[in-house]
Amino acid sequence: MSSAPPGLILRGVGAGYGDGLVLQGVDLAIPPGTLVGVIGPNGSGKSTLLKAILGLAPVSTGAVLLDGRPVAEQRDRLAYVPQREAVDWSFPVSAEQVVAMGRYPRVGWLRIPGAQDRAAVRDALARVALADLGGAQIGALSGGQQQRVFLARALVQEASVLLLDEPMTGVDQMTEHLIVDLLTDLRDAGTTILHATHDLESAAEVSDQLCFVNRRVVAYGPPADTFTPPILHATFGGEMLIVHEGDHTHVHGGGHHHGPADQPPAG
Amino acid sequence: MGWLTDPLGYNFVLRALAEVVVMGATCGAIGAYVIVRRLAFIGDAISHAVFPGIVIAYLAGLSIFGGALVAGLITAFGIALVARGGRIREDAAIGIFFAAAFALGIVLISTRQTFQGDLTGFLIGNLQGVSAGDIAVSAAVGLAIIVVLAALHKELVLVSFDRTLAAALGYPVFALDALLLVILTVTIVVSIQAVGIILVLAMLVTPAATARLLVDRFVPMIVVGALLGAVVGVVGYYLSFHLGTASGATIVLVATAAFVTAFVASPTHGLLGQRLRRHPQHGGTSPAVDAPAGHEHGGSAPDLGGPTRDDLRP
Repeated sequence: MSSAPPGLILRGVGAGYGDGLVLQGVDLAIPPGTLVGVIGPNGSGKSTLLKAILGLAPVSTGAVLLDGRPVAEQRDRLAYVPQREAVDWSFPVSAEQVVAMGRYPRVGWLRIPGAQDRAAVRDALARVALADLGGAQIGALSGGQQQRVFLARALVQEASVLLLDEPMTGVDQMTEHLIVDLLTDLRDAGTTILHATHDLESAAEVSDQLCFVNRRVVAYGPPADTFTPPILHATFGGEMLIVHEGDHTHVHGGGHHHGPADQPPAG
Repeated sequence: MGWLTDPLGYNFVLRALAEVVVMGATCGAIGAYVIVRRLAFIGDAISHAVFPGIVIAYLAGLSIFGGALVAGLITAFGIALVARGGRIREDAAIGIFFAAAFALGIVLISTRQTFQGDLTGFLIGNLQGVSAGDIAVSAAVGLAIIVVLAALHKELVLVSFDRTLAAALGYPVFALDALLLVILTVTIVVSIQAVGIILVLAMLVTPAATARLLVDRFVPMIVVGALLGAVVGVVGYYLSFHLGTASGATIVLVATAAFVTAFVASPTHGLLGQRLRRHPQHGGTSPAVDAPAGHEHGGSAPDLGGPTRDDLRP
């Protein structure tokens, strides 16, 4: 195993719940410092791919390795930004208390966060432009601000791999730009990033690699090579409309919202 | 002041007051978790399900506390097990267990000559009959619960707020959930003596829900809930003493009165407070207005200053 190259490696991964596997035969090799956009229709297994890497979805076949060792042995090196709907925002905690949760594994059992942890929380809040809102009740924040709280919580983990599930869904323009800038900076600093998204065009614009998913990995490669009508068609089937307009390729899903959606997708 | 001090001349009153303070504080504290984790129904189920354990222990002359604890834990984990199968949902599983266990308790106790009196004591509580030993057990249990809640505070809050993150970080999510159920069961068992099976739910939910209307952070919610639980216990007991009413039920009505008062008049979340305050809209689709939704800018002043760092620091 030690001969494996650095970065995130998936070898023959099959994952899912119950009887049927949502994903099968996933082989990926993602070097450190790569920003990967994960693209696919609803129910295609985008979230499951992220959760399989995190150990949250049962992996029935294959292996997930980080720098040559199973990720299960080094979960503290992975950070996760779930879909915003995953938690109860009326919970009585402040933004900085939520961000501090990312430090808990470092803090350890029976201890309270120390000065270093509090500094990390302050820095992370500043990086997501929420320095003044650390004390705010999370339910009082806007959708974009809530998403940035989640992002700050992932930042304080100082992880090697960052996985984001639909980070741009239902957020404002300012938040969207901030997330893109932040992901780019983290990538430049050597973090491996996978972000699942519905926004194909923005994914193609910001990502180093695109990973097209529909129950398996349909294609993986730089946007210039993979953001093509045959691959899009193979991923989305008849559910989409592709419009060429000069240099741009616009993609419209059948009945789905693409682009900065106002509503979270169903599922 | 005779109405306040005269009752204190009776030893049974002193014991009852000690018991309600301990019971009210413990229930009010754990109630914060009952509220945020939505455990009210499961709490109700456990409180009814401990009944056969109490009856068996009572008939066999064993420790009532022990019998209740065993029955409560069997129920809590039985519910978790049945609901895990997926085909039967948790609320249905709770309904099945809680009614069955309660029925078993009634069948068992109906074999006794003193059926009516025994049953009433368990159902509505019997503060007059509290012994010094009961108080010692309640106090020890309450103290143990506070120690556990404090020691595992950040892990319990993490798993309550975001169990996905807790699992991703490698925390034993199921064990932490189970621990919370054990704490809940123990709290219920020691509270039944004071308020009875039917009303213990009110002590778990009402003071904590009242606290939620008054504060916006979890630790203050636990502390305020515990204080409220103790205060309504004492006030309710005094009222019942002077009015000659059932003490457990009177305590519950006092707790309810406190809740209604907070619901109407809480400066932050009450009906009146909301009416006095401008109530800016917020939500997922709002544009990039980087101001909080003004929940802590008390009073009626319009929000002029932009984001204000509030003083409710953790």
